[in-house]
Amino acid sequence: MAIHLTKESRVLVQGMTGGEGMKHTRRMLAAGTNVVGGVNPRKAGRTVDFDERAVPVFGTVHEGMDATGADVTVVFVPPAFAKAAVTEAADAGIGLAVVITEGIPVHDAVAFTAYAKSKGTRIIGPNCPGLITPGQSNAGIIPADITKPGRIGLVSKSGTLTYQLMYELRDTGFSTCVGIGGDPVVGTTHIDCLAAFEQDPETDVIVMIGEIGGDAEERAASYIREHVTKPVIGYIAGFTAPEGRTMGHAGAIVSGSSGTAQAKKEALEAAGVPVGGTPTETARLVLTRLEAERAGNQA
Amino acid sequence: MDLYEHQARELFEEYGIPVPRAEVAHSPEEAREIARRLGGRSVVKAQVKTGGRGKAGGVKLAADPAAAQLTARHMLGMDIKGHTVGKVMLAQPVEVEREFYVSYVLDRAVGRFLAIASAEGGMEIEEVAATRPEAVVRIPVDPAEGVTTAKAARIADAAGLPPQTVDVLVRLWEILTREDALLVEVNPLVRTTQGRILALDGKVTLDDNARFRQARWGDEDDTHEDPLEAAAAAKGLTYVRLDGEVGIIGNGAGLVMSTLDVVAGCGARPANFLDIGGGASAQIMADGLSVILSDPAVKSVLVNVFGGITACDAVADGIVRALDSVRLTKPLVVRLDGNNAARGRAILDERAHPLVQQATTMDGAARRAADLAHAA
Repeated sequence: MAIHLTKESRVLVQGMTGGEGMKHTRRMLAAGTNVVGGVNPRKAGRTVDFDERAVPVFGTVHEGMDATGADVTVVFVPPAFAKAAVTEAADAGIGLAVVITEGIPVHDAVAFTAYAKSKGTRIIGPNCPGLITPGQSNAGIIPADITKPGRIGLVSKSGTLTYQLMYELRDTGFSTCVGIGGDPVVGTTHIDCLAAFEQDPETDVIVMIGEIGGDAEERAASYIREHVTKPVIGYIAGFTAPEGRTMGHAGAIVSGSSGTAQAKKEALEAAGVPVGGTPTETARLVLTRLEAERAGNQA
Repeated sequence: MDLYEHQARELFEEYGIPVPRAEVAHSPEEAREIARRLGGRSVVKAQVKTGGRGKAGGVKLAADPAAAQLTARHMLGMDIKGHTVGKVMLAQPVEVEREFYVSYVLDRAVGRFLAIASAEGGMEIEEVAATRPEAVVRIPVDPAEGVTTAKAARIADAAGLPPQTVDVLVRLWEILTREDALLVEVNPLVRTTQGRILALDGKVTLDDNARFRQARWGDEDDTHEDPLEAAAAAKGLTYVRLDGEVGIIGNGAGLVMSTLDVVAGCGARPANFLDIGGGASAQIMADGLSVILSDPAVKSVLVNVFGGITACDAVADGIVRALDSVRLTKPLVVRLDGNNAARGRAILDERAHPLVQQATTMDGAARRAADLAHAA
């Protein structure tokens, strides 16, 4: 099962023939992803060899879907072309578009997330590492070999904190890890993933990683209180961030008194979500909670 | 990037939003000349990218050109909330009958822009919203439709703004979209005693991600008032200077923010945020180290790297080569974890630099760097 991505997923790569696209397509294939094609109008009709596998290049997402039955696209195109790429994918009716590209103008993200929604296409990202269902499929740039399959679900704004937790909990393993991205406007939120993990029979516990900026974590806390029965463990980065400064991610900024790490931590704790003081402590909280769940189930 | 008030005013004027006559002065003499051109009386306004300027003495009425010169002399060089006043704007005074508030802001919760409008402008809109929420209307804008005259009329009507503001709302939306702004705000938008609508003060924040298609502001990046931040920016590094003593280098924005927090949790203060990204090449590592080591407040340096896509041995190679080009003057604690961590640690062990030590966990590395900073 997992969420949004399984071994059945057929994946297209927009921008596969560029440097990053080539590098990560190779890595996705190595992780078991069923990459069925690339999209590049100037190289349509060719194939690209990745070790043992020849991947065809299509002129459009629509052609790629017709020929392969693709239901996921991973977007690596440069920022200036991302809006056109996502719009094309949504017009073709693809179910999921994972937008890795960093540095997309906010007005473009506002336009394409609204448009994709109207067409029924889920966007993950932009400015995200993608998502991985370990042992099944990897759509994006998350390193696949630092963890194994298991029953923890993870949703995070941050790529490297995702990797850190995947690695700390590598002996327990993950159902799906979703990097939703650090931009101010993203297509899939913490809440969307919490809802999906709640429904996923292969997920027992959920890790939610947030950071300063906006109020997505506070809204997620309200959602957890109302709708999530599975245990959730939280981590928030950016307690020491000064007001008014962007901390690496375009969306990671404390504005006045809003968007602080403290407010997010308090909201989560008020919703019954333990929040780790460090990534390592967060991993320990997850393990403790899992053990308690299992002991409870046996009793 | 935030624009100065005078730049926002220029944009308003260019897009046909009425503004008072005004000019910018960099010296008291220039201020006197401008005041004369404006007809004698003027409002002298410090140009700083921060709020609360009026309360800090950054806005003064000058009765004549000599007074404008004196006021400008006092204001230039003044410190307002950590911002040094480098220029003042002199504007023709207007007689205000009513003050309104209008803005377009990004609503991250729904991924759309909101029109915010109130017939009670002038003061902080947050205060109005907190005390009299019914006096502030918030109307989402469909990105595909934008703000048409009909939409603007609905916004103005809902907020109780006079019909003459409809045109201002339409033109402000044009600024927002054509200039790739994340925020445009007019506060106050006023009606004068003669019945004219004027934008008296404005704020515009531009999207840094859109610079590739917004050539106009390319050379205008003076946001790095700190010399180290300017040096880091020139090298393409994502660096924010803080006021602590533990220098920090890491890969990935979230992990670096987390590293700052963990160091603070050990009782030390982080000296900076520096994200060297996924690649962590020798050049980037050397550039980052040289920026951090040139901060006199730094007493120890913590390198916290998780090897995901870039394996730790490649990162360790980068650190070793950086140590060849940068003279290390402070103790350096390195924590490598993830892919090929053992090989990476062996490479650093082999280099055996006397000022470099390793820790295997993030928490342990932060503790060590904090202790070294305290001992220094």
